[in-house]
Amino acid sequence: MTDDPFVLAGQTLPSRLILGTGGVPSLDVLARAITASGTALVTVALRRVEASTGGALADVLERCGVRLLPNTAGCFTAREAVRTAKLAREAFETDWVKLEVIGDERTLLPDPVELLDAAEQLVADGFQVLPYTNDDPITARRLADAGCAAVMPLGSPIGSGLGIRNPHNISLIRETVDVPVILDAGLGTASDAALAMELGCDGVLLASAVTRARDPERMALAMRHAVDAGRLAFGAGRIERRWHAQASTQDAGLAAL
Amino acid sequence: MTLTVNGEAVEVASPVTVADLVAARTDQRRIAVARNGEVVPRSAWAATALTEGDEVEILAAVAGG
Repeated sequence: MTDDPFVLAGQTLPSRLILGTGGVPSLDVLARAITASGTALVTVALRRVEASTGGALADVLERCGVRLLPNTAGCFTAREAVRTAKLAREAFETDWVKLEVIGDERTLLPDPVELLDAAEQLVADGFQVLPYTNDDPITARRLADAGCAAVMPLGSPIGSGLGIRNPHNISLIRETVDVPVILDAGLGTASDAALAMELGCDGVLLASAVTRARDPERMALAMRHAVDAGRLAFGAGRIERRWHAQASTQDAGLAAL
Repeated sequence: MTLTVNGEAVEVASPVTVADLVAARTDQRRIAVARNGEVVPRSAWAATALTEGDEVEILAAVAGG
């Protein structure tokens, strides 16, 4: 919508959907999913060069014309995350970073203490920090106060497909911070993305829901429509929930039969 | 001299710079290098000589969340 721009870290993005690339079955599928999704921002990770796809991934993303959002996946401490972010800035020539500092292998939930520490260091170093955080309004406020460009609360654990487990907290985060709120992690299908937007989120970041779908390209298109629909519904304003029915057809003029 | 490159011990003839090491490993453009945990900016690769025992990480893009 032209009258509803999505401004992130000073840049206007044409799509409120941010696509993660993790778990993608092939680069060809990735390219088609990116095109179908309409996204303008795509996450990438850094690993030892022997484990990379020989530059092919970067080439595909360049051809798609998307901006890159490096992540710090796999980092458990602020120290590791800050170093990874600085390396990513060198490799990808961007000061945007999806900051992830994980607390535990089993849940992959964020460690809020290390996360805030890393966020403060990276903001001071000139990064546009987009932190993946718990669905906790207080942590979100602390991250926003630290100068993060957005906050990205999880819906549920990474890759779980459990959707948004605490919609109330997501709404609280939306009303707590002034920076964009991007629902990140746990979405399973289109209705989850629509719900995120209906709750007032400014954007959605998802990977597995598309990359691990039976048909990633089709799910990417579904997510695109879901994000648009949810945003429109949020702007339009949902009706109040009522306990009993309220007729939508008038009684006046009802025939006596 | 012996370096550790991406976690493996490597014998190299001295002198060797970060630029030499990267060129021997990959022709990818989007590369980042850490030497003993600190980022070596691309602009400094050619002037950064490695020394015995240095730990070097040479990193590139992979798909990720």
